[in-house]
Amino acid sequence: MRDLYDRLSALFPLGTFTEQRPDLAFISLEPAQLRSVLLHLRDREGFTHLVLLTAVDWLEDGQFQLTYLLANRARACDLGLRVRIDRDPASMDSIHDLWPTAATYQRELREMFGIDFPDSPRLQDDFILEGWQEIPPYRRDFDTLRYARETFNERPGRVSLDPATHMRDQPLTPSGR
Amino acid sequence: MALLTPDRSQYPALKPDGTLDIDLSSGKYLKLWQGPQHPGITGNMSVELTVCGDEVVEGKTHVGYLHRGFEKLMERRTFIQCFPIVCRICVPEPDFNEYCFAAAIEELAGLEVPERAHWIRTLILEMGRINSYLMYLGGQAGSLGLGVIGQWATYARDVMLDRFEELTGGRIYHMFILPGGVRDGLPEGFASRMEATLRELETVMADIYDTMFCNAVFKRRTVGNGVIDRAWIDPYGVTGPNARAAGVAKDLRKDKPYLVYPQLDFEPIIGTDSDMYTRADVRRRDVLLSIDLIRQLFAKMPTQGAVMAEIPNVLHWTIPPGETYICGECSRGEYGYYLVTDGSGYPRRVNVRGPSYTHAMALLERMIVNANIADVAALMVSLHTYPPEIER
Repeated sequence: MRDLYDRLSALFPLGTFTEQRPDLAFISLEPAQLRSVLLHLRDREGFTHLVLLTAVDWLEDGQFQLTYLLANRARACDLGLRVRIDRDPASMDSIHDLWPTAATYQRELREMFGIDFPDSPRLQDDFILEGWQEIPPYRRDFDTLRYARETFNERPGRVSLDPATHMRDQPLTPSGR
Repeated sequence: MALLTPDRSQYPALKPDGTLDIDLSSGKYLKLWQGPQHPGITGNMSVELTVCGDEVVEGKTHVGYLHRGFEKLMERRTFIQCFPIVCRICVPEPDFNEYCFAAAIEELAGLEVPERAHWIRTLILEMGRINSYLMYLGGQAGSLGLGVIGQWATYARDVMLDRFEELTGGRIYHMFILPGGVRDGLPEGFASRMEATLRELETVMADIYDTMFCNAVFKRRTVGNGVIDRAWIDPYGVTGPNARAAGVAKDLRKDKPYLVYPQLDFEPIIGTDSDMYTRADVRRRDVLLSIDLIRQLFAKMPTQGAVMAEIPNVLHWTIPPGETYICGECSRGEYGYYLVTDGSGYPRRVNVRGPSYTHAMALLERMIVNANIADVAALMVSLHTYPPEIER
């Protein structure tokens, strides 16, 4: 994977390179470079399969990390592109024109992390949640416990009986003896 | 078989933003909901259809009926506490979640898994694959009116669940694969009882072949219907049997060998026609391949040795910062876990990449256009989707 990084870095300004395994590496880069690098990887380097697109919330840094994971079937390797964007407001260029499936990932990221992808199809349509009023739930500062306590009623738990005591107190016959 | 030759002049025009200009008040179109409770889909998922006559003009997949926030839940739990959660992301084939998550933890924590555990993990994954395919075969046949196949497939699956119960103590969720290896070795006499199960499965599969794949109705409804264009494979992220039925020999067991697959003798099952029939046939042949692989596993598996590595105290287990992606070939295609750790005792981020995510959303919405209403259920099933892995 190092040779791929060398070829790419000759063409684009890239950040850190992490070779996780011989068949998996991650490269950090600036958001402005992403589209060009994706196009190059897809059309010139054989990374034709978008495996996933997801976000990591680095709350303490005030940033989201977007990970675009691509696969090259012929070389049997995966390459992750890491892009850091501001957390508020969070916005990133859409890549739905490069891979139609990206539109689904972007809809989910808009709903779960509040990341905007302008011009992405059906971005404002509900994906999983309906009528959600809180902050996007997959952000680190969304408190699931508080939300559950405020939204749902407490349900009494099951009663557990000590088998020995319980059986001793049970009548052995219908007459109670 | 074309059931209707539609009048194309009735079709809606495209709006500048690429969406269809559908005027429901015109009386030409009708909204029809397929699901969310439909026997054609394992789990709950609905497709909002806009139909013109009995032909589908537009389809939109709706999910969210099974959302439990697994990925978020895992961020608040220790690594070991995540195991009762991950298996529930995919009910019919839960073991892939356990394997991918455990392997991701092992990689980031630098754990070395004993050789024998690799063999047992491979065995469990192949047993789960058979179960998943049997559930599919029953659903696919049922969507076209062959209800008895579902009963046979359920029986065969139940026989394999007996082996799962014997091996792991659980029928559906096993939690047998843990970081560092597997919980235990094989029970005494397990190989001979598994052989009897495999023979029973072969009998059922022969019956299913005769009754389903040689059935004239099944053939007429599926041959040449629901074709996945080979040009869609990469743009739509198509993997697994859906891609292999189109002649694309993508099988991660061969492409990116993991566990003990390099030591097994097999070739990926592929088809040529990419229609519903071919996809069903690829999966039927995959069951037979899995049966063969299980026999190979028992023939080559070491019978002695450790099955679990030494792992730290799981209550105080912190994993160094890092990120990785582990994937494998499940019954539906590429199944993967993207795990990010930050040096704490909890995962920073877990993202589950299920094949249904692309198959049931973008691909299904693309394929369903121009389909006949009567074929929609069969088309949905033919992609073999499990909604929980879409909405995690």
